[in-house]
Amino acid sequence: MTKEQIRDTILEIIAQIIPDEDLSNLKGDIPIREQVELDSMDFLDIIMELRKRYGIEVPEDDYVHLATLDSSVVYLEPRMRKL
Amino acid sequence: MVAKEPNETRIVITGVGLTAPNGNNLAEFRKSLLEGKSGIQKLNIRYMGDVLAGICHFDPLKYQKKKELRRGTRAGSIAIYCAREAIADAKLDLACLDKSKIGVYLGITEHGTVETENEIYEIKQFNYDVKYWSHHHNPRVVANNPAGEVTLNLGITGPHYTLGAACAGGNIGLIHGLQMLLLNEVDLALGGGVSECTGSFGIFAGFRSEGALASHPDPTKACRPFDKDRNGVVVSEGGCIFVLERLSDALKRGAKIYGEIAGYAINSDAADFIFPNKERQVQCMRLALNKAGISPEDIDIINTHGTGTIEGDPVECQAIREVFGEHPHAYINNTKSFIGHAMGAAGALELAGNLPSFEDNTVHPTINLDHLDPECRLSNFVINEPKKIDKVDYILNNSFGMLGINSVVIAKRFKQ
Repeated sequence: MTKEQIRDTILEIIAQIIPDEDLSNLKGDIPIREQVELDSMDFLDIIMELRKRYGIEVPEDDYVHLATLDSSVVYLEPRMRKL
Repeated sequence: MVAKEPNETRIVITGVGLTAPNGNNLAEFRKSLLEGKSGIQKLNIRYMGDVLAGICHFDPLKYQKKKELRRGTRAGSIAIYCAREAIADAKLDLACLDKSKIGVYLGITEHGTVETENEIYEIKQFNYDVKYWSHHHNPRVVANNPAGEVTLNLGITGPHYTLGAACAGGNIGLIHGLQMLLLNEVDLALGGGVSECTGSFGIFAGFRSEGALASHPDPTKACRPFDKDRNGVVVSEGGCIFVLERLSDALKRGAKIYGEIAGYAINSDAADFIFPNKERQVQCMRLALNKAGISPEDIDIINTHGTGTIEGDPVECQAIREVFGEHPHAYINNTKSFIGHAMGAAGALELAGNLPSFEDNTVHPTINLDHLDPECRLSNFVINEPKKIDKVDYILNNSFGMLGINSVVIAKRFKQ
């Protein structure tokens, strides 16, 4: 996957988890949870989707890397590059 | 304890919210019952294939966001819909109510089986690796879930819980609401029952294994209590929640009053896991009549519990014959014949379906009763067509469940 594809995938997963939210203006460098209503259980849904879809394990200590869209792409790129 | 005025000890129904397989509010439901319209359809479910079931067709997005639907349960969704509809029907403005004095009491037959089956099915795709088990599982399957989802959605901060009472649950949610009002624990009670059981293959499979799952080439004819060709239960989902208030409060705000809860009773067979017990059913009906301070001759309509099983229906008929005699004054009907067995919602839905009789003096029938089983003979069955009668002052609603739990509610036409 390219970085662009990874970004689209993350957005698609978030859209599935919080379907009432408008994600079209989501800024890449601001924490996602500051821009949309996404609580800790929703966040765990993102982790679960990455696990189910791509077999990617995100350890709890690394959750911080998924705070923004940009940092998520940076963190996931090495793990999704070959998908 | 402060001495109570008489109107503070009389509990009335001032709002009804429901979803049934043949109607999503009381007016629709009643219309279907008077027109003989069944809500039973084919349903394809996991492992079972095609079964017959009662499915509700309300719009869950009327009162919930998509995210709430994804996170919550079907039972929660049904409960939210019914609670919101009941509040609206009672013409209550939530913003003006003390939400700490509202209680939510919902009868259930079961809860959590649907969600557990779904999770097991999900992790099966991952070779049963439990790291794929949902973090949403526990809040979905806790027994208070349907009532709790109502409080989350409506911002109610008073007590909420469910009452596990098998198929007597709907009556018992109502009775419990009444009791909490009499105890002054709350000023408004949302009482009734819900069921999401059609999402569980295990419920269907269980009845099939018991030899008690109804089948028929025409789904609308599958649920046929008291008919000699009946062959079991039709499993249905549904919900019905009543707004209950003390009469003094209802009069103060000029509320529409559907009826007064005049009597009720709950008892146990202490006899068998599945099979009903005539003596305890008799006792339960008599306890309710005594509590209401009336005689069997005062009852105008008996809504039977009859589920359409070979074993269960005759027992209830024997019990009714014993309490009411061979030629009862009361007319006798059955609501499951239209909607199947809505489990925890059944008692509440069936009472609701009969409440309009206080206004239209009409008894909805039991449908699909083509050949009355001689063992189920009762002289005043209202069969296949509604019956207009002179007056309806009292309705007796039977609702019984597994492990031998019996409940009876008697509703009375409201008079000052």
